[in-house]
Amino acid sequence: MMRRAGALATEWLPAIAVFVAGIAIWEGAVRGLDIQNFLLPAPSSIAGTIWDDWGELSSAAFFTFREALAGFAIGSTAGFLVAVVLARFRLLRAAILPYAVAAGAIPVIAFAPITNNWFGVTGMASKIAIAAVLCFFPVMVNTARGLTAVHPSSIELMRSYAAGDLTIFRRVRLPSSLPFVFAGLKVATVLAMIGAIVGDYFGGAPGALGVQIRRWVGIFAFDQAWAGIVLASVLGIVFYGSVALLERMTMGWHPSMRGARQE
Amino acid sequence: MTTERLVGDGPVVSLRNVAKSFAAGGVRALESIDLDVLPGELVSLIGPSGCGKSTLLRIVGDLVEPTSGEVVVNGKSARRARLDRDYGIVFQDPVLYDWRTVSKNIALPLELLRWDRAARARRVQELLELVELDGFGDHHPWQLSGGMQQRVSIARALSFSPALLLMDEPFGALDEMTRERLNGELLRIWEQSRSTILFVTHSISEAVFLSTRVVVMCRRPGRIAAIVDVDLGQPRTADTREEPRFFELVTEVRDRLREGGLDEDRTAPGEGEIDLLEELK
Repeated sequence: MMRRAGALATEWLPAIAVFVAGIAIWEGAVRGLDIQNFLLPAPSSIAGTIWDDWGELSSAAFFTFREALAGFAIGSTAGFLVAVVLARFRLLRAAILPYAVAAGAIPVIAFAPITNNWFGVTGMASKIAIAAVLCFFPVMVNTARGLTAVHPSSIELMRSYAAGDLTIFRRVRLPSSLPFVFAGLKVATVLAMIGAIVGDYFGGAPGALGVQIRRWVGIFAFDQAWAGIVLASVLGIVFYGSVALLERMTMGWHPSMRGARQE
Repeated sequence: MTTERLVGDGPVVSLRNVAKSFAAGGVRALESIDLDVLPGELVSLIGPSGCGKSTLLRIVGDLVEPTSGEVVVNGKSARRARLDRDYGIVFQDPVLYDWRTVSKNIALPLELLRWDRAARARRVQELLELVELDGFGDHHPWQLSGGMQQRVSIARALSFSPALLLMDEPFGALDEMTRERLNGELLRIWEQSRSTILFVTHSISEAVFLSTRVVVMCRRPGRIAAIVDVDLGQPRTADTREEPRFFELVTEVRDRLREGGLDEDRTAPGEGEIDLLEELK
């Protein structure tokens, strides 16, 4: 156990060193080159602001995180279910999938001002809608690909056991699509955070992080604005990390996870 | 567990005037195929790529429908036989599920047949011993070599003791050494399980070594060119490959293949045909 902790520390040491060095260079540059606060505040003053204004900052960050989470849940679930239907019906897939792939390339965020009209400016709903639409496409396209990319022999094998479509879905298609599904979900976590925050920028509840960041910039409170950005980044990383962890837990069998398992 | 499944003395597989055309371009993949496989036989189908031997195997397994003709498996229609799980199948690719351990891969058909957990565990243990993978049950497929994976695939096909084993070039992707070793193991398993085997292969020596009869096929359209009875004694061992009679039979199969089809389309040999030409030298 001790050895394992030691090995882990050795493995992470370079990354930690880079982090510390990066912060130090940032701090040194801001002080040494006398960079003005509205361009780039020093890490120490951002950290100080997070400490001092924790209450206001954290409630704003978690408000927007809830928007992202709700959008992620709705968009990913819908994307998954639509993919299941598309995977089942070849004709439907041929009719819909090209548009889904194309739609995935649309900058959905451009609709943010419009969704404000549809779902209300000050509520969570318009931001959730943007995040949901952003999450929908990668999850849907990836899942559809995963469910249909099964080797033909796998299906023949199951048919030789007189297995029906439902059994084949549950025992073969679903498990073999998991790597694809998780790839989609991980992309979706990032898009959900972007959707929620940028959605806020076009107007939102007074307590939302995006709204606050804009307000702070407007009143030259750059330390606060940067503190908000840092919190949003940390939440985004934690969000992504949680999905990656879930992936590791459900897919311990997958060859791509073998490095993690054999330690 | 293996004695009661021979259904009378009738053939396990009976094909009458079977033909298959593929809609695209009306390609005649198979034409007037007549073949009976008797209980306990090991029959090989050999021929160049495009002779329809894999298609024929799939027709027997009701994975491909014939265009015309009659297919009887275990005294019933191919469809009925599939739904009754009368055969086990092994592909060139082991088709193991990465998310299942070796034991759970072997137990898959038993789960579908709703065997209870204890019975499954007992049967899997027997099979692991049969294919000499005792101790590997908790491994994942990707932790095994190609030869070991194919043994798992064979164990899975045997798990529910089907009367018939369909094998589609099961050792085609393995190196020569592993292939010869697994040939020997297959014969041992065949003897122990007393199953009937229909075996598709590209390799003349493999066909002769394993089979009681070798069905030589040719192509355009795919049909049976000759059937060679293999009168080598049982059980067959590494020494069998050194017997003069073995070489005679290899030569005979080779001659039948040469007569059968390679002359038809010399202008554009397919990939498999080049393999075979290589082997004919």
